[in-house]
Amino acid sequence: MAQDGRGQANGTHQSRQANGKGEAVLHRPIGLLAELTHRCPLGCPYCSNPLALDPRDGELDTETWARIFSEAATLGVLQVHLSGGEPGARRDLVEITAAAHSSGLYTNLITSAVGITAVTLAKLAEAGLDHVQISIQDDEPVSADHIANYRGAFARKKALAEKVVDLKIPLTVNCVVHRANIDRIGAMVDLAIGLGARRVEIAHVQYYGWALHNRDTLMPTAEQVERGVKAVEELRRSHQGKIVIDAVLPDYYARFPKPCVGGWGRRSLNVTPSGKVLPCHAAESIPGLEFWSVKDHSLTDIWINSPAFNAFRGTAWMQEPCRSCERREIDFGGCRCQAFILTGDAAAADPVCHLSPHHADVIALAAQHRDVPYSYRTNPRIR
Amino acid sequence: MNEPAVAIPLEAQPRLPHGVRLVHNEAYDGWVLLAPERVFKADPIAAEIVKRCTGDATVGSIVDDLAKTYSAPRERILADVSALLRRLADSRLLEL
Repeated sequence: MAQDGRGQANGTHQSRQANGKGEAVLHRPIGLLAELTHRCPLGCPYCSNPLALDPRDGELDTETWARIFSEAATLGVLQVHLSGGEPGARRDLVEITAAAHSSGLYTNLITSAVGITAVTLAKLAEAGLDHVQISIQDDEPVSADHIANYRGAFARKKALAEKVVDLKIPLTVNCVVHRANIDRIGAMVDLAIGLGARRVEIAHVQYYGWALHNRDTLMPTAEQVERGVKAVEELRRSHQGKIVIDAVLPDYYARFPKPCVGGWGRRSLNVTPSGKVLPCHAAESIPGLEFWSVKDHSLTDIWINSPAFNAFRGTAWMQEPCRSCERREIDFGGCRCQAFILTGDAAAADPVCHLSPHHADVIALAAQHRDVPYSYRTNPRIR
Repeated sequence: MNEPAVAIPLEAQPRLPHGVRLVHNEAYDGWVLLAPERVFKADPIAAEIVKRCTGDATVGSIVDDLAKTYSAPRERILADVSALLRRLADSRLLEL
């Protein structure tokens, strides 16, 4: 799955900032993104999974996930996001969910809905599932199935959403928007309301992994973005109290960068299908970082001591213009992966920021559009 | 969010919907409200209000109870309770 706007939209938990000397103050993580598998029946061209996907036979087993959840709760994690790939591809999803629940974690299933049957969903509810997020690709089936590269996906999403609501599990609909569907935000929000969602995310594609690969095909125009922002403002007004609409400006059109994952090694952590622990799901795209695995270390040890988590904690690693910027503890210099992708230096300011010397490159990239067929995401190789 | 706040009727019986719960967490040394993909730290006053949102108690009785428990003026409690409940309801974190 990925691409769900969680990087921007979750939580208002108050915690201490880095201290005045720029030294990293250790915070407790609030959320754990558990990427249970990279396997997925859909082929969305904006998937933020890495191009090199973890194979099935390298996936962690049920017992290891149970241990991770228990260690996460001890570390202070409150919510676990069960994601992928498509988490429904795991035959032990119910056991995994039960283990997270019995560790006291709030359990959130992030699913494409394809591969989760009504029977499985009922078992998940019984196992203590707290919330479901279903992604949709568009408001109508032909376009939605084309984007997902899976015929019938749209109908299955609607059917599962109805079951979620029947079981009284709160539902979020995640609309991933890009050039092909950004003009239908209103229709997608109406669909989400019709499905009984309490919350809808308007998640602009972020350009990592497969999405970066398809950037020129997915990038909305400036006019589309402007219309999209207005549409969201109007929808928020007209639907107040009916549905919560979470949306942020798309990266390449912003003036300031997003506070990516709420600050590096500060509020969240990500476990890959094979057990590597990352500060964010795209962190492996930065060369030279040393990631530790749950196979060798406890989660607390990794959070405190792993080199990758300490690489960009606090503000001491920053260069100008971030180092002296008054927003350095608001947006933390933006996204490290994006800084690397667009400038070749992971410690540079995220060039989405208008203060970055590379900002003109971002504006040029945002103006670059090519109408070529999507290069669909593939599946991990079977070994 | 610029609309004037709609008053909360005193006879409403607020409750947390499925998927929203208030828990005490030692790691955070206090109460947190867990909700779909969101976490809110609840200060002690907010926690006392939310704890009483059982679906049985009316807003009026919650206010009376808090005023009595904390020997505080009823009008002030009513204002605090109404503001919090309105904010939670608008965020779909509370059913009225």
